[in-house]
Amino acid sequence: MMPGETHGSPRKTGGWSMTEQKRLVLHDLHQSLDAKMVPFAGYEMPVQFAAGVMAEHIHTREKAGLFDVSHMGQVILRGASYEAIALALEALIPVNIGGLAEGRQRYGFFTNEAGGILDDLMLANRGDHVFMVVNAACKADDIAHMRATLEPQGIDVQEITDRALLALQGPQAEAVLAALLPGAADMRFMDVAVMELDGAELWLSRSGYTGEDGFEISVPNDAAPGFARALLADERVLPIGLGARDSLRLEAGLCLYGHDIDTGTTPVEARLTWAIQKIRRPGGARAGGYPGADVIEKSMEDGPTRLRVGLRPDGRAPMREGVALFAAQEGGAQIGTITSGGFGPTVGGPVAMGYVAAPYAETGTRIWGELRGRRQPVTVAALPFTPANFKR
Amino acid sequence: MKFTEDHEWLRIDNDHVVVGITEHASAQLGDVVFVELPEVGTQVAAGDEIVVIESVKAASDITAPLDGEIVEVNNAIVDEPGKVNDDPLGEAWFFKMKVADLDEIDKFMDEDAYKEFVG
Repeated sequence: MMPGETHGSPRKTGGWSMTEQKRLVLHDLHQSLDAKMVPFAGYEMPVQFAAGVMAEHIHTREKAGLFDVSHMGQVILRGASYEAIALALEALIPVNIGGLAEGRQRYGFFTNEAGGILDDLMLANRGDHVFMVVNAACKADDIAHMRATLEPQGIDVQEITDRALLALQGPQAEAVLAALLPGAADMRFMDVAVMELDGAELWLSRSGYTGEDGFEISVPNDAAPGFARALLADERVLPIGLGARDSLRLEAGLCLYGHDIDTGTTPVEARLTWAIQKIRRPGGARAGGYPGADVIEKSMEDGPTRLRVGLRPDGRAPMREGVALFAAQEGGAQIGTITSGGFGPTVGGPVAMGYVAAPYAETGTRIWGELRGRRQPVTVAALPFTPANFKR
Repeated sequence: MKFTEDHEWLRIDNDHVVVGITEHASAQLGDVVFVELPEVGTQVAAGDEIVVIESVKAASDITAPLDGEIVEVNNAIVDEPGKVNDDPLGEAWFFKMKVADLDEIDKFMDEDAYKEFVG
């Protein structure tokens, strides 16, 4: 999971106040690695390290990158049993949580009454409880939302604030992590496990937000600097900032909450219906029963009027969030908008995602994006832009 | 060489003013991936946005430092935008302008003043 972000003009330096931002447990480590810090979702976050965004991106695809994603929300839900928690959560999340096996993780989202997305998340069955990772900018709302619904049912919603969250991503992530934790190599994509290292309890999942194989590791705050340094001591590992996190997830076709999905987009429009398992769809044993189910089911039945697509602008000029899309070079109504875009270092050119009216959503369709007052050709492309490299 | 508050450098070469961006600007931008230059022959006024430069992080504009006419542009940086990061003060110049009076560049900062300006 999670955010990177595009940032304001780098020519306007020093315009951001860091005074209101919370500091990460690894702040001193980041500074020692020449991190450039920016405010993001209330935290002072490293946007890039000494290598720079392009080199960090390529390094992650070729070797292994270490990301500090401690700004994200870590939440534990406890109740009478896993099943009791899961079934209560299914009233908020249109995913088969009850059928998730112990030691497994699944992608999901909270919906609203309009069928929009309140936040997207990862949740895991950890035997007697649920462990969840949510977006930093949404975590306070998510927790309030869960408490309002679940606490009256005897389910305790606990935000975990004494743990850092690190992601180790890339084709060599397994070899690097297994040198410290041999058991990590036995995990498959979307497995979760608890392991001990030097007396610290680590919570691992084999997942990430780059399209590469890798792990996310929750580590107690006091053990986090030592663990991060141990990973960075491996010459295959470079520290990676939010800048490359954003370009990696974009090439991987993964949504960034607040940009590609939000309260105004349904999972059907966002092409996330794969995350709504059959059992939660009409005819399934636990169909519906979540906010906006009527809207989402109707959209699945009728087909949405707009769809999230991959986009490849011709030429070299990146098309970023907000660029308007048209069916023709001149005239005509706007048919869509780019929601994420930039330069894809692995693709070697501009890549973007956005929403287009359904008739234009087929891969290969030629449309136009308006850049600085001129419409330039764009091709609707399949996602992801770079093949996923998961250890299934 | 002279420097503007917009992080451009200017130098005189055969009666023309050569313009590029400073190392500070290049470092702040990060990896440059796209450059769009004005057409040769364009008449520009000081402050006109005449170059688009895109890095992995964001789009920025570069303005004309003086009134004048664009007489040459460096297409090498259009073909290889990364040169802007590799050699901003040398190989990666952006454009050359013809101005009414070459002494106009004296109003800009010298190297010491620019160093102080960027702190």
